[in-house]
Amino acid sequence: MANDAMKAWTQKLKKIYGIYTGVFFLIIIVLWIAENMGLPHKYIGYAFLFGTIGVYAAIGIISRTSVVAEYYVAGRKVPAVFNGMATASDWMSAASFIGMAGVLYLQGYDGLAFIMGWTGGYVLLAVLVAPYLRKFGQYTIPDFLEERYGGKLPRVMGIISALIVSFAYLVAQVTGVGIITSRFIGIPFETGVFLGLVGILVCSFLGGMRAITWTQVAQYIILIIAYLIPVTAISIKHTGIPLPQIMYGQAIQVIETKQKELINDEKEKEVREIWKKRAEDLNAKIKGLPDSWHKGKAELEEKLKNLPPDDPERAKVEKELKGYPKNPDDAKEKWTAAMRDAQAQSRPPKSYVAPPTDTKGIVNFLALTLCLMIGTAGLPHILMRFYTTPTVHEARTSAAWALFFIFLLYFSAPAYAAFARSEVLTNLVGQAFTGLPVWVTKWAGVGLVSIRDMNGDGIIQFSEIIIRADAVVLATPEIAGLPYVIAGLVAAGGLAAALSTADGLLITMSNAISHDLYYKIINPNLSPSTRVKIGKALLLVIAAIGAYVASFKLAIIVELVAWAFSLAAATFFPAVVLGIWDKRMNRAGAVAGMLVGLLITVFYLLGSRFYGLDWFGIRTIASGIFGIPANFIVALIVSRLTAPPAQRLQDFVDNLRYPKGAIKAGEAE
Amino acid sequence: MITKETLDSYWRENKTFMYFILLIWALVSYGAALVASSLNSIVIFGFPFGYYMGSQGAITVFVILNLIYSLKMNQLDKKYGVEEE
Repeated sequence: MANDAMKAWTQKLKKIYGIYTGVFFLIIIVLWIAENMGLPHKYIGYAFLFGTIGVYAAIGIISRTSVVAEYYVAGRKVPAVFNGMATASDWMSAASFIGMAGVLYLQGYDGLAFIMGWTGGYVLLAVLVAPYLRKFGQYTIPDFLEERYGGKLPRVMGIISALIVSFAYLVAQVTGVGIITSRFIGIPFETGVFLGLVGILVCSFLGGMRAITWTQVAQYIILIIAYLIPVTAISIKHTGIPLPQIMYGQAIQVIETKQKELINDEKEKEVREIWKKRAEDLNAKIKGLPDSWHKGKAELEEKLKNLPPDDPERAKVEKELKGYPKNPDDAKEKWTAAMRDAQAQSRPPKSYVAPPTDTKGIVNFLALTLCLMIGTAGLPHILMRFYTTPTVHEARTSAAWALFFIFLLYFSAPAYAAFARSEVLTNLVGQAFTGLPVWVTKWAGVGLVSIRDMNGDGIIQFSEIIIRADAVVLATPEIAGLPYVIAGLVAAGGLAAALSTADGLLITMSNAISHDLYYKIINPNLSPSTRVKIGKALLLVIAAIGAYVASFKLAIIVELVAWAFSLAAATFFPAVVLGIWDKRMNRAGAVAGMLVGLLITVFYLLGSRFYGLDWFGIRTIASGIFGIPANFIVALIVSRLTAPPAQRLQDFVDNLRYPKGAIKAGEAE
Repeated sequence: MITKETLDSYWRENKTFMYFILLIWALVSYGAALVASSLNSIVIFGFPFGYYMGSQGAITVFVILNLIYSLKMNQLDKKYGVEEE
């Protein structure tokens, strides 16, 4: 596109999204007025759910297309700023929006691995990968692997890795959609998943990458507004100044002072002792499985039998029996989780700002940060976004914009965490159990907050409060005393974050099968319109499988997102980076590296999670730390032991390295 | 047509710049994390500095690095005449 046309196009987009943002604020205000006039909360929730999904679907309908370049890479005319926004919301999932601040709340300094890891990857992307992928200018990452290394094998490795990485991530997003809709809007989990998928599919099915891009920009605007309003309000509540990103330093000081007082508090010590005892009991029960399970069940049944039919105790015992683990395996899982909680509660609070001091803690912190960074720069659905910019220069600028838009949210997350912790320590601890704040009772109802008078003194001790990570962002609107409309806005923001990521993942997988596998390997004679049709059909199939897997609500799903990073880091990143920066890298090296990286990472992921495997104390979440170097080392060694790549492939690399001119195909087709 | 010599020196300069960016990238994240305990004794505006580097300092530097990289590479493209038409 010529320069002037590009400028006019960018101006037009700015105008459209400017109006969109204005209208969105207007709707929030209208709903707020309606709330004051007595509109029930339920309808405000519906308005946000159906309103936002309706907007995404409308954008999908407006941007519908069947043209190959539009469907796969949005016509390569997404200006840097907008590609930055789309990348940011493609990137930020429910985990960033809802989970991250909670992890910071719970883990203090340790949680910062997520902040640095999930942003630092964009420096790697901008410097090592993005501009060169744009210069290459095809459609998918497997495209790059085949062109650069020659032959179908690198493409096949790329397809396999892309499918594994993206599917794990997709199921987590679909689950996130179900949780958000069921919790806020009060509709069943399955209905929520169904509605969310309809929103995703209308969009991607009709318009492929083009519709997804413009929807993701709209989703970014909603999610960033939804994230910033509550944290600004709580900053005003605590400090009187609406700059949470700067003012939370005060909250940190409050946290440190209060926590120090709690370490030697007699009542706290008493409660910690009770937890310690409970952890030991649970440990004994776990060791005594499966007998302890039979025994516990028999005791409860016996108790129920001996109670007279009109005894008020009956209902309590019946409930306990109903919640009793279904079998010894279930018991092991549940009791282990309960034991971990009890152990955590039995320890005195540790400093919120102190980094880990033991070697294991330090090594895990650094390893996790590295896995997240490299994983970010290796996720296929993110890499693919850099094909959509008009030029190489715009690809670099767009990586900078993407990081800036992500930065806006991440820069505020530590403030959420610190204010929430300071709130709990000052306005909850030391209060009477008779006057629990509304937010505590509300979120206790869905199990995100648990609070019980363990030592029976009627006063809340810090050790008596268990708060789950998700509660921090979700409860902040109520903690700050905001109207319900803001809680609905936060739900819409979380939904936008989950849906935008799911969109990007779905199209990545659909492309891996329709474009990379079917068109490029099985049947190269497909007409463009058939290619797009197959891609669209696959979107439906993959979405259905994703929803089916999510419907089991497996506990492991939350962990899957972290797994995806280690896998992406150990497969794609080395193959792509070496392909650009090491001219001597050849097919044998890249394929061997990817294979070894994938196998080692999967081996450690499964081994450490399920079979007690332990190398140097590295936790499951940082599994990639073995696969990443293994991939690089194997690739370098194998490539040096085998013949250098053909001259035309070396010319191809030269050609990649500077922006000018068209790319010459590496592999003759 | 761009000569091989031009391309080689363009790539060399790009590489040097890449190492420079990645050095700062590593220092503000991994470097700061390794000495976070000592940095925490400096408290600015309520923030222990070690914690601050992890929570906001490093990511601010990341944003600036990407901005500088994008601007500088644009200049480099022009200097060697390899920019897009």
